[in-house]
Amino acid sequence: MTVTIDENSTRTLTVPPEARRTPRPRGRKPLISYGHWWWALPAVILVIGVHYVATLTGGFFAFTNWTGLGDWEFIGLDNFVRIFNDPLLLGAVWNTLFLAFGSVILTNVFGLLFALAINRMLKTRYILRTLIFMPVVLSPLAVAYVWKFIFQFNGPLNGLLGFLGLEEFQKVWLADPTWSIWAILITVVWQQTGFVMVIYLAGLASVPVEVEEAAALDGAGVWGRFRHVVVPAIRPSIAIATTLGIIQGLRIFDQILALTGGGPAGATETLATEIYKQAFSLGQFGFGSALALVLTVIILAFAILQQYVTRDRDAAGRA
Amino acid sequence: MFRYTKLTAVREVIVWIITLAMLLPFYILIVTSLKSDQEALTTSAVAPPTSIDFSAFVEVLTTTGRNSIPMSILNSVIITAGAIFGLVLFGSVAAYVIARRTRRWTTFTYYLVLIAIILPAQLGTVPLYIGARSVGLTGNAIGMILLWIGILLPLSVFLYASFFRGLSTEYEEAAVIDGATPTQAFFRVVLPLMAPATGTVAILAGLIVWNDFFNSLIFLGGSETQTLPVAMYTYVGGLVSAWNKIFAVVIISMIPILAFYMFAQKRFIQGFAGGLKG
Repeated sequence: MTVTIDENSTRTLTVPPEARRTPRPRGRKPLISYGHWWWALPAVILVIGVHYVATLTGGFFAFTNWTGLGDWEFIGLDNFVRIFNDPLLLGAVWNTLFLAFGSVILTNVFGLLFALAINRMLKTRYILRTLIFMPVVLSPLAVAYVWKFIFQFNGPLNGLLGFLGLEEFQKVWLADPTWSIWAILITVVWQQTGFVMVIYLAGLASVPVEVEEAAALDGAGVWGRFRHVVVPAIRPSIAIATTLGIIQGLRIFDQILALTGGGPAGATETLATEIYKQAFSLGQFGFGSALALVLTVIILAFAILQQYVTRDRDAAGRA
Repeated sequence: MFRYTKLTAVREVIVWIITLAMLLPFYILIVTSLKSDQEALTTSAVAPPTSIDFSAFVEVLTTTGRNSIPMSILNSVIITAGAIFGLVLFGSVAAYVIARRTRRWTTFTYYLVLIAIILPAQLGTVPLYIGARSVGLTGNAIGMILLWIGILLPLSVFLYASFFRGLSTEYEEAAVIDGATPTQAFFRVVLPLMAPATGTVAILAGLIVWNDFFNSLIFLGGSETQTLPVAMYTYVGGLVSAWNKIFAVVIISMIPILAFYMFAQKRFIQGFAGGLKG
């Protein structure tokens, strides 16, 4: 086989990798062409179309009264005035925040406890990790049906309360205006705890055992070691687990539709379920988009805030 | 100094008790699905069935019509497989160009993709639905596959790009010197080396697509093509308290994913721990 080697191309073979990274003068043909430039085209078109164009169009719809057919008008902030004057929708905003923060706090507490409990030492830690992570891979809808049965009036939860002699606490959990949202929270936390645990296990693997032993020899107790050795080391994991948790928590949808459908009387309605109902059940595309814009702003605000807070702490931790 | 002591053994036992308590819903799920209609209503949830009765499974698997469970499984398989194929193909080639070439436009494209990961999808749903409906891409598998490729491409490109950056360029150089074209170098040398990245993309995307309810509900709503979660939702909605049948559907929907999970649980866990950081 004949191979023609460009005079310059030996450079790639003789120059060490660090030096090779130096930027080439723009416009010159690369020594080795890595694929073809148009390979990026399908991805760029799809990403721009599905993410950017769609999101910007949605943002525009939010200021209209479009119903999907016929004429529409630009109505300024009317949709938002309507959202913030409707107690049901304000309740949905509150429920969205409640589920997001509730699930983040509980999954992080339980996930971290599980991670600390099975980290190192335990002989069966890999089996435990596999079992605790198992609910994460399942469909949230399927999981919600299992819990719907548990929360039934003649279901296992009330059965357990009766067995313990706590009959006065028995209730129709999913039809109770106060408790139904807690039932949804429990379902979400049960499913997501394994995910948070895995993030923390990855973080804990980076804690050097020698440092912990040295701290123990110096007389640090369990809490002292946790506070001053483990926590600083797993700070990146905390940032990841809480950021992802907030973003996921703000979008909870499947479990609500399966467990309560938003009821009783809107007590478990969230922004995600309201977007679905307004835009796709009622055909209020403009108003639904306005709700989606509110949710988007909340998600972005928390994502950015979280980045800011954790970066700040990181810098302080290193100082 | 940290050794396996009696205290550790106690801790191990306690963790097992808590874990088994946490997994109790799975036990309830299985025993209830194996009960007869009558028994499912009258016996305690934790009581095992008096005789194992597969009638609920038989009934679920023989449903017909629009929300037929077997048909919806087929649809879910087609959509998931199509989406994974597209995400691996388009994601890998785009990430390759972005990661290997150092031009201004590749850096720009990379940031375009990164921002798309953070951008919440909710706001785009209505315009996407209207756009898809006007070109006939709602209510069929092809539209759904394209939609998923679009939604998840940023994740795929991001994962592949970070794997490519960790791979030395010597492989391509050797291939090119041996006379391979850029296309051959990529598909026959680089992509096979990227099996871990492909596995991560396939697992994460596969789980998201297979388990999705919201997008399928909107984009396939009311059509002949239903995915498993939507068919399950409709099917369960028509059953009042027939928990043995509801749980039979639930178990059928869980089996494929749990089988994969048991088979490749390490990949799953690593994929989630590492892949979703973006």
